[in-house]
Amino acid sequence: MAEASLLDRSRTVAGPGYNRWLIPPAALAIHLAIGQAYAFSVFKKPLGALISGDPAAPAPADWTPAQLGVIFSIAIVLLGLSAAIFGKWLERVGPRKAMMASALCFSGGFFIAALGVHLHNLWIVYFGYGVVGGIGLGIGYISPVSTLIKWFPDRRGVATGMAIMGFGGGAMIASPLSVALMDHFKASGTGSLGVAATFLTLGVVYLLFMQFGVWTIRVPADDWAPENYVPNPQHSALITSGNVSADNALKTPQFWLLWIVLLTNVTAGIGVLETASPLIQDTFSDKYLGAGRGVTAAAAAGFVGLLSLFNLLGRFFWSSASDKMGRKTTYAIYFLLGIVLYALIPTLGHNLQLALYVAAACVIISMYGGSFSTAPAYLSDLFGKYQVGAIHGRLLTAWSTAGVLGPLIVNFLHESRKAEGFTGAAAYQTVFYTMAGLLVVGLLANFAVTAVNEKYNEKGPVDAEPGGH
Amino acid sequence: MNQPPVSSAAPETPSSGGSVFLAWAFVGIPLLWGVSQTFIKALDLFK
Repeated sequence: MAEASLLDRSRTVAGPGYNRWLIPPAALAIHLAIGQAYAFSVFKKPLGALISGDPAAPAPADWTPAQLGVIFSIAIVLLGLSAAIFGKWLERVGPRKAMMASALCFSGGFFIAALGVHLHNLWIVYFGYGVVGGIGLGIGYISPVSTLIKWFPDRRGVATGMAIMGFGGGAMIASPLSVALMDHFKASGTGSLGVAATFLTLGVVYLLFMQFGVWTIRVPADDWAPENYVPNPQHSALITSGNVSADNALKTPQFWLLWIVLLTNVTAGIGVLETASPLIQDTFSDKYLGAGRGVTAAAAAGFVGLLSLFNLLGRFFWSSASDKMGRKTTYAIYFLLGIVLYALIPTLGHNLQLALYVAAACVIISMYGGSFSTAPAYLSDLFGKYQVGAIHGRLLTAWSTAGVLGPLIVNFLHESRKAEGFTGAAAYQTVFYTMAGLLVVGLLANFAVTAVNEKYNEKGPVDAEPGGH
Repeated sequence: MNQPPVSSAAPETPSSGGSVFLAWAFVGIPLLWGVSQTFIKALDLFK
């Protein structure tokens, strides 16, 4: 029998005494890196001025904001598609090989995009950062999920919350780092306003950083369990003791109900995130608050930063809380509280109550983050641990759909209101009421989630995948 | 067809608290730096 590669699942089985608290940092190394995707907007201005050399005055042949927006859209669509397509492969080959594939694709995407920037060929950038990098995002996003759930059957929400929190935190690292690198390379005269050199540097840095995750990750032995672990101590009817395959999960109504749950919550959250900066500046402008008292562009950037922090904290807080409250209850809170807050925000804007307005937006975004991090644990409760990474990958197509739907809905409704002559908070009123309506749909879908019928369960032992340990 | 379960995992030294601390520091330090940068930026909202 051929010796197994160091990347094979069989070579990642933890020996006795391996500390499970090494697994979340391994997962974080991947998610902190790929979370860079949320910071891609820092490249938009310099990328749109590669020919003129002045971001304030782009040349006619420079790439337009709309053309550049497509790069991120391709990456997010590929994230969902690759997570759905490669999920079963990941379950078969194990997390280490998947993390290595993710690292190679993600950093490779930067290298290809750097070439595209150097040659000023947008198609190469689309292919590099969008397609190749997007595949790295998708594989990386789901790579540690089922491993974390197997190591933390007693704290599924805490474990996946920690990892998925990293995806939110990645942008916070990448944004200032990218700006500093571009400033440095621009001053060094490397050309392309420092963007190509920054892409190359980020590709190398992320490749190395992700190696920590690749070589630290371990899967538990089949007979391993935490000390004093009691499965399903609260005897929740929703928590299965069976295992459903990824293919069978698609046949269950529960999967599609959760798909709607994620779609509605994420679409609504993206509605706020997409418009955060113009939203607060339009609603609390000098026109309404008096000359010199309106929210400035810098303060609006602070608002966006604050939302990012709550997005990060929500991922950990809500997911951890779901271990105590149960997933269904946690999602019910997202929806019920979300409906109230979305319906309230136009009134708070109309009454110029800035502090309450900001607080409401922060809570909404914390629940947006929470909906991502609670999803793997919800899936694990319903479908078991067997192929939860692959099922999660398929669920993420809801995120890709929301990534397209959310901005479309928001822009259409906002532009329609503006065309009718509404300004300030009134211009966004239908946006928020529509999002509240979407959350009602999500609430009903969550309410309809029941235990999965046992006929979908795998028969017999399932832990050893073909070629696995 | 399923292969019989085979584990070629090398025997490992039980991981110490020190290695756990170092692992968390490796990811925690950049994360804290990023959070602090964002927090400083967020303060602009309250100026």
